[in-house]
Formats: sequence, structure tokens, C-alpha cells
Amino acid sequence: MGVSTAQARPHANTAPAPSAAILPLALSAVSYEAGGQRLISDISFTLKAGPRTVIMGPNGAGKSLLLRLCHGLLTPTAGTVRWQGPAAHPARHQAMVFQRPVLMRRTVAANIAYALKLRSVPRARRARIIENALSRTGLARFADKPARLLSGGEQQKLALARAWATRPEVLFLDEPTASLDPAATHAVESIIQTMHDEGTHIIMVTHDIGQAKRLADEVLFLHKGHLMEHTAADTFFSAPESGEAAAFLKGELRW
Amino acid sequence: MTDISDAFVTALQLLISFDRDLVQIVGLSLQVSLSAVGLAVLIGLPLGAALALFKFPGRDALIVTLNALMGLPPVVVGLVVYLMLSRAGPLGVFGLLFTPTAMIIAQAILVTPIIAALTRQVVADLWVEYSEQMRSLGAGPLKAIPALLFDARFTLVTAVLAGFGRASAEVGAVMIVGGNIDHVTRVMTTTIALEVSKGDLALALGLGIILISLSLAINAATHAVKLRAEAAWV
Repeated sequence: MGVSTAQARPHANTAPAPSAAILPLALSAVSYEAGGQRLISDISFTLKAGPRTVIMGPNGAGKSLLLRLCHGLLTPTAGTVRWQGPAAHPARHQAMVFQRPVLMRRTVAANIAYALKLRSVPRARRARIIENALSRTGLARFADKPARLLSGGEQQKLALARAWATRPEVLFLDEPTASLDPAATHAVESIIQTMHDEGTHIIMVTHDIGQAKRLADEVLFLHKGHLMEHTAADTFFSAPESGEAAAFLKGELRW
Repeated sequence: MTDISDAFVTALQLLISFDRDLVQIVGLSLQVSLSAVGLAVLIGLPLGAALALFKFPGRDALIVTLNALMGLPPVVVGLVVYLMLSRAGPLGVFGLLFTPTAMIIAQAILVTPIIAALTRQVVADLWVEYSEQMRSLGAGPLKAIPALLFDARFTLVTAVLAGFGRASAEVGAVMIVGGNIDHVTRVMTTTIALEVSKGDLALALGLGIILISLSLAINAATHAVKLRAEAAWV
């Protein structure tokens, strides 16, 4: 098992590639209410395959809620979330990594094995997929270690390895580096970049402007549950259209 | 004081002499209680997990009932099982009354609500933590049950121990459905009750000490294993 071998043949030992695409993702007039409050208001947009999408906004803007609505963890109270690709089961082509990685009380390898089992990957193929995912995230030496004994950065890398092993077409990331130090943040961003390079569509929430500049191709900017901008990253950072986005980038937006 | 000191001496003598009757009584007690707990685990774990994860009409009423059943009076359970298994009862044809099997059934009925109710709480708490990740991976509540029970294994040990405590300590149910027949259905608790009624307090206390010691030993061993496992797995 070696990193270089795995990198030379990036898809050789991952789960079967999705046979059909699920993108584009189209949200139409999506709203979400809870506790009598409207937390997401009438949001519409379409995300196509290719560019890395970063959802930005101040605290309480509804970024994480929007991510969950897209991934199907929440159901909109109005509007529709539609995967327009031909795949019959879009959920099977998605994965999500949370701000606080949720790891099961079993070994590092067993955490990935469980995800593969749920995706119906044959038992005989799981070992090589796990080995590859761990090798490529630098966790190979921890394969038999209890997952919850890993450091915060390693746990997040494992969450990414687990997602990677299922070979998602779309990967949702909810502030995956919010509680990590700079070195771990760099490592996690590298993995995200590699996944993108291999064809996984990244949809990430962050309010770290530096990280967004490094990783975004397009930006969705939210404020108080409203979609204020959906623009190319360059445009967003150089000439934001809305006053709220401009204020946010200057660190002057009240929330 | 004499009774208590006599009891210790009697208990010690019984243990040292490896009394055959005592070995049989202790063996049957463990066999009945462990079998009942095993049966209750098979029913109570999935039942508790299902109650934690599925929403359906009447669920809250069922949870309240289950919690209330943790305090089921053993004599009432014994009486109901007696009526079911007696020759005129619906299950009389099986001829189980006054057998260890009847005692296992009665104790399992007593223990199942304890294990199910505690499991429900443990799994519900774990589901709060795991829910989004598991649904993201594609595991709905039904698929998640085995994984949740596995991941809650160290906490669930406490539920199983509580069930074992209840089973090994009760006397009313096994007395009614077992009949306390010498060499057939006589267990430690029924023997203690019998010896007290005969006035042999020293023997009764001696058996009590053995019963408590056994329970303590099982709990201590389980606790030690649990602590080591928890430290290793967080």
C-alpha cells in the first residue's frame, strides 16, 4: 500500500463510480420555517457540475440549514429541491461532512466499512477501498485504532476519508475546519481539493473568507435567510453586488 | 448478633464443604436468572431501540407503560404466569408449570421492561448524536438499530446488569410458578424464604450472603471489563 501508487490511479480502489449523474441541483422558491420563524426565505438557484460552490454569510444567515435542505436532511416547508440528473436515488450519490465529525465507537477502518456496507459495496471489495481511502488521507497507520481516540484534525480527515470511500458525486461540507488548527486546516483543504480534482462536486459552508478565496469557484451569499448573491468567486471578492456582501467582506456586517 | 455470626460461619462452611445441594441451588439460580436475562435482552434491546427511533400513534403511552412496568410486582407476574401455564390455562398443554422453564418465563417478563426502558433512553440519546450522520450515509432508523445497539454496548451493559439484579433477587414469581420443589425448582431466594419459615435463620442468612456475594462478584467483574473497554473506545 503506498500513497504514490494510489495517487497514480486515483479511482482504482474506490467504490463503484455513480452510473448516472445527479447534478444539476435546482432549488425553487425554497423556504424553511421552524418555531414560527422563517429561517430560509424563498431561495432559488441552480448548481451545475464543475465549479466548487461555497456558501457564505454571517452567523445565523441560514448557511448550514440551506446545506441540510440541499442534502435532504431537512424538508423545505415551501418550494422544491430537485436533483435533475437521471439517477433514481440521488441520496446514494451524496455525502456530507459535518463541523464536528460524528464517528462511531469502533475502529478507524470499521467506520469506513460501515459506510460502504450501507452503500451495498460487496464485502470482498471493502478492504481495498478502506486501505486506499486511509492511505490517501494519511490515516493508514491508524486503521485499527479506535476512531474517537484520534485528534480533532485526524477525526475530520477520517470523516472525509469515509465520504471519499463512498465516491460521492456531490460532497457537502459544513464548516469542516471550523475547530481545527492551521496545519490540520491545510491538510483538510488539500483532501477537499483532491476530491474536487477527481470529479466530486464540492458544496461547502464557511465564514472563513481566506478559505473561501482558496477553495471557491462560485459563491452563494446568504443574509438573514435570504440569498443575496450567487456569483463567480472572483466577482464576489472583488466587486460584490450587495451592500450586505460588501459589509461582510469588510467585517462590518451586523448579524 | 449470634444469628449474624452464625450466618457467616454457616455460609463459610457451605462454601468450604462445597455442599452438593448448595451447588445445585446456586447453579439453578444462575441458570434461571441468566436465561431470563438472555431472553429479555433478545426482546428488550430491539424493542427499546425501536421505541427510541420510530414515531407512531400511542408511542408515548407505550413508553409510559413500559416505564411503569419496570416496577411490576413479582407475585402478580407469578400469578399471571401461573394462570397461563396451569392445566386449565391457555398454555397448560405444554406442561411447563413447576419447571425451571416457567421460572425463566416469569423472570423474563419481569426483566424485559427494565432492559427495554433503559435501552430506549440510551439509544434515544445516541440517536441525537448520530442521526444526521447516519441519515447522510443512508441509514434510516431501521438500518441504524444494530449499529446504535453496538455503539451503545458499554452503556447497555448497565441495563443488562439491572435486569440481572432484578431477576436474581426476586422470589415471588419463581416461588409461585416454580413451587420451590427440592432438586427441581429450588433456587437461592426460595430456599431463603423456606429456611426463614422453618426458623433456620443462620442457613437463610448464609444463603443470603452467598447470593449477595455472587451478585457483587458478577457486577464487579462486569464493571471492571466495562471500565477498561470504555477507556479504550471512548
